[in-house]
Amino acid sequence: MSETASEISKIADAGRRSRRSLLDDPRLRAILLQALLLIVVAGLGWALFENVRANLASRNIASGFGFFDVTAGFAIGQTLIPYAESSTYGRAFVVGLLNTLLVSGIGIVLTTVLGFLIGVARLSRNALLSRLAGAYVEVVRNLPLLFQILFWYLAVLGTMPGPRQSLSIPGGVYLNNRGIMLPKPLFGAGSGAILIAFLAGCALAWMLSLWARRRRAAGKTVATGWITLALVIAPPAAAFVLAGAPISFERPELTGFNFSGGLRILPEFLALLVALVTYTAAYIAEIVRAGILAIPRGQAEAAYSLGLRRAPTLRLVVLPQAMRVIVPPLTSQYLNLTKNSSLAAAIGYPDFFYVFAGTTLNQTGQAIEIIAITMAVYLLISLLTSAAMNVYNRRLALQER
Amino acid sequence: MAGDAAFVRTALTASQPPPIPAGPLHGIVRGLFFGPLNIALTLFSIFLIALLVLPLMRFLFVDAAWQGTDSTACLGVSGACWPFIWAKLGQFIYGVYPEALRWRPDLVFALGALLLAPLLVQSAPFKRLNAFLFFAIYPVAGFVLLTGGNLDLKHFLLGRLLAWDIFGSATAAGLHLSFWSDYGASALLLAALAAAGATLLRARARNAALAVLAVLAVFAVVGAMLLAVDLDLGLAPVETRSWGGLMVTLVVAVTGIVASLPLGIMLALGRRSEMPIIRLLSVIFIEFWRGVPLITVLFFATYMLPLFLPTGVSVDGLLRVLIGVALFSAAYMAEVVRGGLQAIPRGQYEAAQALGLGYWRTMIEVVLPQALAIVIPGIVNNFIGLFKDTTLVLIVAIFDLLGQLRAAFADPAWAGPTTLYTGFAFAGIIYFVFCYGMSRYAHLLELRAAAVQR
Repeated sequence: MSETASEISKIADAGRRSRRSLLDDPRLRAILLQALLLIVVAGLGWALFENVRANLASRNIASGFGFFDVTAGFAIGQTLIPYAESSTYGRAFVVGLLNTLLVSGIGIVLTTVLGFLIGVARLSRNALLSRLAGAYVEVVRNLPLLFQILFWYLAVLGTMPGPRQSLSIPGGVYLNNRGIMLPKPLFGAGSGAILIAFLAGCALAWMLSLWARRRRAAGKTVATGWITLALVIAPPAAAFVLAGAPISFERPELTGFNFSGGLRILPEFLALLVALVTYTAAYIAEIVRAGILAIPRGQAEAAYSLGLRRAPTLRLVVLPQAMRVIVPPLTSQYLNLTKNSSLAAAIGYPDFFYVFAGTTLNQTGQAIEIIAITMAVYLLISLLTSAAMNVYNRRLALQER
Repeated sequence: MAGDAAFVRTALTASQPPPIPAGPLHGIVRGLFFGPLNIALTLFSIFLIALLVLPLMRFLFVDAAWQGTDSTACLGVSGACWPFIWAKLGQFIYGVYPEALRWRPDLVFALGALLLAPLLVQSAPFKRLNAFLFFAIYPVAGFVLLTGGNLDLKHFLLGRLLAWDIFGSATAAGLHLSFWSDYGASALLLAALAAAGATLLRARARNAALAVLAVLAVFAVVGAMLLAVDLDLGLAPVETRSWGGLMVTLVVAVTGIVASLPLGIMLALGRRSEMPIIRLLSVIFIEFWRGVPLITVLFFATYMLPLFLPTGVSVDGLLRVLIGVALFSAAYMAEVVRGGLQAIPRGQYEAAQALGLGYWRTMIEVVLPQALAIVIPGIVNNFIGLFKDTTLVLIVAIFDLLGQLRAAFADPAWAGPTTLYTGFAFAGIIYFVFCYGMSRYAHLLELRAAAVQR
């Protein structure tokens, strides 16, 4: 018995030894394949690096990040922090980045509001309104964004009348081909108190909402809407009066051929903002619609049979559940808006891309460093946003047993 | 129980009159005017339509100037200035492509439409042959027709590495003998390398032969393509700098999609691979390109790519952009394909394994055909996105339809109050017709797929 077994194993051994190919072992094969790939990637990287070095040497291009400390020498049309032509490229970098964040931040807020309104309007029982919302979505989604930016910039804002024939909007606002002129708030002594009062009011409102949530969890009904509103508005208003009205407005004045004073919003900024908001809103509307439709009809019907009307049903029952479906694609729309804001380069709004990858690249010629940093910044924004939204998403996720 | 109720009805309600027989208009009227909020919304909608649609119609049709050859035809006209479009039509479609040679792009458009139409109709026969013609033959034919072919290839691998130059600059039929002898020698050399590697790894005779054959087959296929673009067919060369308009829009978008499909499939497979290094490299590649805006990719292609190439090698401006676009859209394509791969039930993989199929045969014969069929709508949507994004090339000074439009606005001969609006209206209609048509097609496919599943 044992003799036959050893016989068999001997034959098997011999067979294995004679006909064994190294490629028959899947693990070894995988290691070989990956090693080969790594060698190819590393070789490619090395070849590219060598080419770059040779090219830079032959073209006399400097390398390294020293240019950040060099005087930029160009002006920027919109600066959120003090900046002059004598500032460094590093400062210009920050100015551009802040401009990008400004247009994306305002754009994200506005596009969310517009997108939700249109998404809900598409599901309205009012046939005219829902058709209109549908037409909006189809038209806006099927035209290139750059086309829309140029349209707003050249055909709408570019054909506005000159400063002397400005369209005047009550409240000291003027619209002309150089942008929108707004009254500029001037903060006198004591303005800080208003801000503190506002923050304190918000903190109180937040505590109220925590308390209300606990009451609701206990099955009690609490209406906090009006109190919250009062908490947010009343303290700063009271502080404003007590501090002797420290905020005044500097109105724009037409002097000669142009306006002076006041706050000027660049037409480039407006065109970019309007195009980004309307374009992204069409996508958000579709996401909202799909999210609401994903909630089973039974949920809304159950709410109706409990006596809730349509609006509270949507607000209290359907939307909170739909948010779980809506948030992940909404995040990618926010990211798209931020990335798309780089199209500012086409109309000259001084965003991060225009200032850094445009002007700075032109002046320094250091393509490798600048494009690598540009890509890294957008990547970083992407990664940070998706990380933040993942946290939010986890909080919203269905608590399953 | 009853004691807790706030209200208990004690009498029956009076019976209601029968509902009014609803005519066709009744539902519509009730739908629009059944409450104060609804009436307000209806009025708001009517207001918006009156504000936007009516003036647009007036501008496009009623008040427009239709005939004429110069800007005098549009004097005093408050509507669209269509003669502006008729005069610039050639520029909008071909850019500054030489007028005598415009039959070549026309032929490429016609061939593309002819090959694409049956590919999109699901019931049309000869799908494989059709796909082969469209994805393999058509790009080469299109390239030769548009550029004129006759690339004058001079050096291949050995020429670069070992200064292989035995034939000098001798040519035959427009082909450099040194290139083609170099190409053949390189093929044999790599095949020999494959055979040596197989022996080193103690591969079975059959696998070793397969490896050698695979190398030779790749060289033969690539060689056939190179031969087609290298032959002197007597077509006048046209530089890509003179291309423009809708032609460039279509070239960039179609090349981007066709090139990104194989790359995207490989990346999607890599991302779902069990080998950690391959998975990691795929993830890095995909997430990198998806995380940056296309415009940085175009800048990368225009300003950075030349620095990566060996000194003395220059790549055409449009080709550089095409490379950037292909890499960019490959990352998006990979995610679409991955969605399809994930939708295939595990049982399909397991059944293929139970039949003894290896990884590649499982993928090629079982999984990919099903996965790709599912993701066709996704691919079409990707194409719509790419078609729209193509407009960005104007930022790196390649003038597609939108770029030509902008250039036409600068023409002083047509400076008029309505040229601007007319141009935007024309380009808007073109973009809308293309994108909306494709999105309807994708939607149709989705509906059909849903119907099959049910």
